[in-house]
Amino acid sequence: MALILNGDAELWAIVLLSLKVSIFAVLISALIGMPVGAALAVARFPGRRVLIVLMNALMGFPPVVVGLLVYLMLSRSGPLGVLELLYTPTAMIIAQVVLVTPIIAALTRQVVEMLAEEYSEQLRSLGVSRLASVPVLLWDARLALVTALLAGFGRAIAEVGAVIIVGGNINHVTRVMTTTIALETSKGNLALALALGAILIGIAVAVNAMVSTLSLQAEREGLRHA
Amino acid sequence: MIRNVIRAAWIAVGLTAAPVSAEEPFIVVQSTTSTQNSGLLDYILPGFEAETGIDVRVVAVGTGQAIRNAINGDGDVLLVHSKLAEDQFVADGWGVERFDVMYNDFVLVGPKSDPAKVRGGMDIVAALTAVSEVEAPFASRGDDSGTHKAEMRLWDWADADPTDASGTWYRETGSGMGATLNVASGMGAYVLTDRATWQSFGNRGDLEILVEGDPRLFNQYGIILVNPDKHPQVRVSAGQRFIDWLIGPDGQAAIASYKLEGQQLFFPNAK
Repeated sequence: MALILNGDAELWAIVLLSLKVSIFAVLISALIGMPVGAALAVARFPGRRVLIVLMNALMGFPPVVVGLLVYLMLSRSGPLGVLELLYTPTAMIIAQVVLVTPIIAALTRQVVEMLAEEYSEQLRSLGVSRLASVPVLLWDARLALVTALLAGFGRAIAEVGAVIIVGGNINHVTRVMTTTIALETSKGNLALALALGAILIGIAVAVNAMVSTLSLQAEREGLRHA
Repeated sequence: MIRNVIRAAWIAVGLTAAPVSAEEPFIVVQSTTSTQNSGLLDYILPGFEAETGIDVRVVAVGTGQAIRNAINGDGDVLLVHSKLAEDQFVADGWGVERFDVMYNDFVLVGPKSDPAKVRGGMDIVAALTAVSEVEAPFASRGDDSGTHKAEMRLWDWADADPTDASGTWYRETGSGMGATLNVASGMGAYVLTDRATWQSFGNRGDLEILVEGDPRLFNQYGIILVNPDKHPQVRVSAGQRFIDWLIGPDGQAAIASYKLEGQQLFFPNAK
């Protein structure tokens, strides 16, 4: 309990690492997931429905399986072993990107598809091709896409199964909030584990509140400019 | 606005992410939950790190998983507790040489009500037989860890195969020692645990030590350098330095001086 009450430097380092890993993972996932999702929303090609179903299903990809796959890739006896990335924060970011990208892509696809239908007449009259309309549509959907980012962040920051396998829960290197909670639970320090859980929820609330304030502000600014 | 925030986040993350991969020398030690959960490694490692500047990164999993990770080359040093499996690891060429480090013992823990009436006994095999006869709840690691292997050996000596009863009175958690103790505590089950994890466990509930002191409950820890012939990336000199330290006078003294609630948890016995 002292760990929490004293605002221990060690605890803050763990909180900071959690945020760092998850924010990084969400940003990379957004860079991949948003264009892919938007492209799937507007493009028409055979197999598109199958891809969408697959992407939606990947939202439920078990973290432990993702952890195992990333472990097998990054292990010294795996194909990417020479990179020496196993048991580093980078490995945890990779695992979270695999988990978060489908969520962002699937939600983006949904949002952009609705917008594309709404604007299909206009875009066509301006002679914009379907794929060329992707950046415009993404920009127009930016406020709705914040929710996609938050959903991805929620998955990333709360996840333990994958990061404990590829990160190894190494003290001062790869120990994050969720793996600390798992460790304290296994030591039977249930009160401490619960308290850490409360902090994790607090962080999630703070991040969500911050982002929603920002997007509200952006919305108002947008209205003023319009 | 949002774009600026994202840009700021990128910069913040980018700048602060760099020191994580600092260039200080380090080794990865594949070890078991008992050495970590008991607080032993947190206690002795700073001494080694201060003396050598080598950062020791501990991955704490069950012995079985630690050995498999080491076979994959995902560690420089293996510090576990299952002598047979360790000897096999070296014999198969995955490890260079095995050294004894320290020992402690296993204890049989169970509910105060003690339905199998084993309290105070010195014969662990008789106690397990009694548990299986009354079909009292028993929580097993079930995860191929050092403790699980030891437990299975004891059942063997008791001429019993509790896995036939898996799911009834015999519960295989497939989890670490702490998680299994939590399960046992929750359902008032018997459970075999290493003394160090038990001593540092905070959620004992109604459980207490019922059987201890049988020589068959001896629990030896060994240390092995992962073979660089199999995995050239193994950090040989730093790993060997850690092994030499741990089985040398300084490491052995550090192990002996670690006490929890006045009780010594590990007993150094390197030769």
